Amino acid sequence: MTIRLEPREDAGLGLKIGVSLAAGLVALLLVAIPVLFAGGSPLTAYGLMIQGAFGSMFAFSETLNRATPLILTGLACAVAFRAKLWNIGAEGQLYIGALAAVCIGSGLLQLPPALMIPTVMIAGFLAGGLMMVIPTVIKQRFGADEVVITLLLNFVVILFIQMLVEGPLKDPLSMGWPQSVPLLAEAKLPKLLPRLRMHWGLIVGLVAALVLWLMVRKTVLGFEIRAVGENKAAARFAGIPVDATMLKVALISGGLAGLAGVGEVAGVKGYLSSDLSPGFGYSGIVVAMLAGLSPIGTVIAALFVAAVFVGADSMSRATGISSYIADLVVALSLLCVLVGSFFLRFRVKWDRQSVVA
Amino acid sequence: MTDAPVLLSLQNITKRFGALTANDGISLDLHRGEILALLGENGAGKTTLMNILFGHYVQDEGDVRVLGDGGLTALPPGSPGAALKAGIGMVHQHFTLAENLSGLANIRLGTEPLLSFGREGAARAKVQKIIAESGLDVDLDRRVADLTVGEKQRIEILKALYRDAKVLILDEPTAVLTPQEADGLFVVLRRLAANGLGVIFISHKLGEVLAVSHRILVLRGGKKAGELVTADADRRAIADLMVGKAVAAVVRTPASPGDVLLALENVSLHGASGRSLSGVDLKLRAGEVVGLAGVSGNGQSGIAGLISGLAVPTSGTMRLYGETVTRADPRALVANGVARMPEDRQHDGVVGTMSVADNIAIEEVRSAAFSKMGFLDRKAMRERATAAIAGYDVRCQGPDAEARLLSGGNVQKLILARVLERGPRVILANQPTRGLDVGAQAEVHRRILAARDRGAAVLVISEDLDELFALADRFVVVHAGELHDAGPSEGLDRGTIGLMMAGQSHARAEMAS
Amino acid sequence: MDVLFDILGSANFWAAAIRIATPLIFGVLGALICERAGVLNLGIEGIFVAGAMTGWLAVYLGAGLWGGVLIAAFAGALFGLLHAFLTVILGLSQHVSGIGITLLATSVSYFTYRTALPDVSSPPRIAAFQPVSIPGLSDLPFIGPALFQQTPLTFLALVFVALVALVLYRTPLGLAIRAVGDNPASVEAQGLSVVGLRVGAVVVGSALMALGGAFLTMSAFDAFFFGMVNGRGWICIALVVFASWQPGKALLGALLFGAFDAFQIRLQAQIGQVVPGQVFLMMPYLLSIVALILVARRADYPRALLQPWTKGQRH
Repeated sequence: MTIRLEPREDAGLGLKIGVSLAAGLVALLLVAIPVLFAGGSPLTAYGLMIQGAFGSMFAFSETLNRATPLILTGLACAVAFRAKLWNIGAEGQLYIGALAAVCIGSGLLQLPPALMIPTVMIAGFLAGGLMMVIPTVIKQRFGADEVVITLLLNFVVILFIQMLVEGPLKDPLSMGWPQSVPLLAEAKLPKLLPRLRMHWGLIVGLVAALVLWLMVRKTVLGFEIRAVGENKAAARFAGIPVDATMLKVALISGGLAGLAGVGEVAGVKGYLSSDLSPGFGYSGIVVAMLAGLSPIGTVIAALFVAAVFVGADSMSRATGISSYIADLVVALSLLCVLVGSFFLRFRVKWDRQSVVA
Repeated sequence: MTDAPVLLSLQNITKRFGALTANDGISLDLHRGEILALLGENGAGKTTLMNILFGHYVQDEGDVRVLGDGGLTALPPGSPGAALKAGIGMVHQHFTLAENLSGLANIRLGTEPLLSFGREGAARAKVQKIIAESGLDVDLDRRVADLTVGEKQRIEILKALYRDAKVLILDEPTAVLTPQEADGLFVVLRRLAANGLGVIFISHKLGEVLAVSHRILVLRGGKKAGELVTADADRRAIADLMVGKAVAAVVRTPASPGDVLLALENVSLHGASGRSLSGVDLKLRAGEVVGLAGVSGNGQSGIAGLISGLAVPTSGTMRLYGETVTRADPRALVANGVARMPEDRQHDGVVGTMSVADNIAIEEVRSAAFSKMGFLDRKAMRERATAAIAGYDVRCQGPDAEARLLSGGNVQKLILARVLERGPRVILANQPTRGLDVGAQAEVHRRILAARDRGAAVLVISEDLDELFALADRFVVVHAGELHDAGPSEGLDRGTIGLMMAGQSHARAEMAS
Repeated sequence: MDVLFDILGSANFWAAAIRIATPLIFGVLGALICERAGVLNLGIEGIFVAGAMTGWLAVYLGAGLWGGVLIAAFAGALFGLLHAFLTVILGLSQHVSGIGITLLATSVSYFTYRTALPDVSSPPRIAAFQPVSIPGLSDLPFIGPALFQQTPLTFLALVFVALVALVLYRTPLGLAIRAVGDNPASVEAQGLSVVGLRVGAVVVGSALMALGGAFLTMSAFDAFFFGMVNGRGWICIALVVFASWQPGKALLGALLFGAFDAFQIRLQAQIGQVVPGQVFLMMPYLLSIVALILVARRADYPRALLQPWTKGQRH
């Protein structure tokens, strides 16, 4: 019996969704091994995780709160990856977006909330976008790989933020904690429901997903992004300005990550510190891949990843199993969805006829 | 010749790809000291057969037998290693050389135990002995990337001989050579055959097959269409065997050239080697086809790049209808009636994962025809695609089918539909029929000539001289980045063009040929 | 100016430079082997973490120091095997697989550490490698303390530089690796296995990367900290471009880097009052970016880098 691979002519939407679901599921199943290794019962752990993520209004609101930045960083990665622009720097762009929000929103401008909030958001978007435009320009001008540069910039940005919150931006009333001056009340994003942390950033994320979906399917820019991403040479031959399109993608991608930072500062924390993001930028990569780079899928994938983190935290508090289990699920999901993409390209056939030796 | 022992025997080879039967029960014998030509159109199954022989593909039925110590023995299918060991050497159409390594390193690759030292000297001595015997002279220490195409081909042949090949297979070896270089190759092959090597020479060019082979096997549609001894062969009869039915030759009426529509004036381009141009002058007139001949890599891609709007000259001027368009981008050229057919249609011509409709609209997606206020007009795109599919006989599932699912001929028809439907005034056709079967070829030629008759100025760039003679009213030849006028095609012969391709001036080439 | 001479004139500075360079030497060599064969391994950052954690944990649980080194290399090889399976055998995206390996190796390491040592508040220590003296050489004035009083892993790194150069340029195996990264078709046409060569290169390269991590917990420090790798893997990926994929230049690049880092640490001690510490900490990353920008255009990339290969394929 032999295994044969046949290239698939077209992978339907159902198959694509199936692969993503299976990837998440397989990743969850695989972590049963480390859970056992840590002396826990996988079934109990899964139960506690589900309860922790969805078991109550509060739990669910926490999951949504956690999903908010993930939707935005996920979209940031999805739009860039579609154009084959490997933005691995969403983490840094998130911080720069947050920084812009704090610079504008902590007293520099005095505006009513209806003006202040959009101003802060635009500033965060532009700052984050610029953070991605720079490596893209470097790639175009000097041919240096954007993957390594965006990765390295993440470290530079975090140190830069540390420097600012210990120095010029430090809040004199923070009792020595390295955190920035707080945002004005006018710059803060209103909560969605009383007593829950969910904020308007979630709506921003959902709208962004919708806009991106429209852009990809209906607009000339989306057409050009797809063409550039799928075949740069043919796009260039057909007259699509490849470099300019890439810069637009970079601005959108970095900008979305920057918005994630604005949301965390203006919607959750109220000030900037160097522990603002527990790796939302990196998780955004996983979210985008799990979503098959689809904007609408990103929302769902972000919910999944957020639920894993929130659920694992809660499970960890109850059982003592390390909450790094969530990182494991996320990493395994990425690898599983990658393996899954193999099945989108190939059909596996089992041949019963034996081969003459 | 048939007295010599059989080196290689293919028996009943059948290979199917899905519904397509690429090889259908093909058998052949190759004798010691024989040059056997495998002749057939593109798509006749030649390359598939050789890939089975060399173990790149596994046949569905049949055996490959090679002469070994114990007589003819079957090769295990699907193992290039076994084929190599049995003494089969293959020179692919696309060279399989590591360009960053030296010629000698490429020859030695895979012939020595992986962890061993100090074998270079012995290897060099052996290669030099082979060079002396065969006449395959080449610098062994230069980086392969810096060698000419002909030299790379010699390295490929040396690779096979170094492994003591008994059988040498050459897949379309003259496609990249000047006629003179090809003659040099034939001399080497005859010498090698005289020393006892068996050679299989794959080609779709009748002339060279008659010149070099002892025996000819004609393939058509995956089947053996005939087998004959070259000395007794009749040119007409072989051509009929090859094509099957007579294809009506495209008739070219005399041209009536009008105004100059596109002109390159003293244009130079400094770029990657094979792309550079110096002081090129070229005028394309309404109602005339200009054929650009040349060995690939002598500047064709530079000229194509300029007219496509992908390259900006270092100096000189490009004019379209008299206006300077030296820095025009593809969109500006397209909007002004320039049609461009890319050299590599799969790579540059279509975005494989986008639909047929998308690929037809792609050049004009920002124009009012296909979008409004930045939003796509899907309806208009589909309508144009549906019309194109019908009008140009693009075989596909419909406007929404992905372009990667189309065959090469249908991709070319898609591109024709994209560029010709606009009624262009200037047409660049770069290798318009490379890799297409006879039917598709005739169709493309007919469309190009129809556009000319409508008054378009056409530049055809091709490595196939037959194609140029079929289409061109006037010839230009590019060599080492310089463009030379060869005059009207009437009265020109292949020998003259060949010599000009090798760098001789027009006058001297005419005298010599 | 005096500050500059004070620093460059101290043997201690040069010893530190070599020490700081050691993990980078391992990492750059590992990345170089993978990329020479045509596979970008962005798993390097996570493999560093895995090497650091497993080597340290093995020693902590009672293995000998060299046993720890072997276990670290083995852990690296395992992650390399996974990366090779995904990218070489299945032909999937090297970028995505590499990032996935980094996330996986990092989280596995952190999880294992937390699970093995749930109750510790400060990181436990092991008896790490100590500097060894080389008779004769180590006693030379200035040169001795500057160059020849290092831990065994540093000397091992230098041995590997020579070994990799020897194999790459003087053996048919090295020829095959260079060829498979340049044009896999050339290797297949000569009857060698593209898959075998690439998988082998990625596994061996990843094992070397893990040794870079092991150096951190078993030589440079004597404990494992979260976040201790801190981008060193990414710096190696930049350095390998800077080194044009040549072992000698890789050593040079790593040493330059180590020297710069050692220099800034000392400079910081002298003028740290004026400039915030983060400015110095940023330097390695900025320096890597600058190095990439300077060489990227001229870099002679292995031509088949990032290109998956399927049997019988033409290019």
